[in-house]
Amino acid sequence: MARSTYVYVTYIRTTPEKLWSALTDAEFMKQYWFGMHCESEWTAGSPWKLVSSTGAVFDAGEIVAAEPPRRLVIRWQHQNKPELKEEGPSLCTMELEAVGTAVKLSITHTIEREPSTLITAVSGGWPKILSNLKSLLETGSVVLSDPYPAQAA
Amino acid sequence: MVEPSEDTDLLFKALADPNRRKLLDLLHQHDGRTLGELCEHMDMTRQGVTQHLDVLEAANLVATVRRGREKLHFLNPVPLQEIYERWIAKFEKPRLKALTDMKRRLEKGNG
Repeated sequence: MARSTYVYVTYIRTTPEKLWSALTDAEFMKQYWFGMHCESEWTAGSPWKLVSSTGAVFDAGEIVAAEPPRRLVIRWQHQNKPELKEEGPSLCTMELEAVGTAVKLSITHTIEREPSTLITAVSGGWPKILSNLKSLLETGSVVLSDPYPAQAA
Repeated sequence: MVEPSEDTDLLFKALADPNRRKLLDLLHQHDGRTLGELCEHMDMTRQGVTQHLDVLEAANLVATVRRGREKLHFLNPVPLQEIYERWIAKFEKPRLKALTDMKRRLEKGNG
């Protein structure tokens, strides 16, 4: 079956518990996700949505699996742009694994179609979000406060 | 700034080799390839390719995922994003501001 997959990995000097909390706490999330945050109960079967700072729902779906502080699987469908919404749901898997004094965070984002505009879109976003998250947890501040600094200047 | 220098060293050592950059280019063209698929494009032994992939994986430039009996290799853009943020992103705003200021000055001169 045709499938598009992207994999993102970062090593963050923190604990799996702190990283899990960073990935699921709405207020903390806003600091590294460019003002966006997720809303969910973070238990299997509960609804999930990604909300912008102005309250617009960009993506929505449900929690497929939640095993704190190790594994989180989200069924993820874009809502805002029709061409992305019609691609249907994608699956985002986050895995946390303690490696020495750090945690290996692997994010696998997959959709059952090829090519996929959604996967291309998240490919621009995830590296920025993850390196912001790494900086925030390791140094207490983010590097990028704006996702598109060139356009914003 | 907390400088995890060993990570940065691994990253630049990994990028310093033309064969390893070629492997990254191959994954950039098409992600999620097996060792066998990558070997078809490389003029070296399977062992050689494996060693280069190990260096890239240690530097976190390549991520691997097991699917059944296959091991798929993915280009991981996160460390490159960190290089971009550290040395490039902060220079963009002042430079673009300078260009905008120049444009404004020149246009004022014409009008």
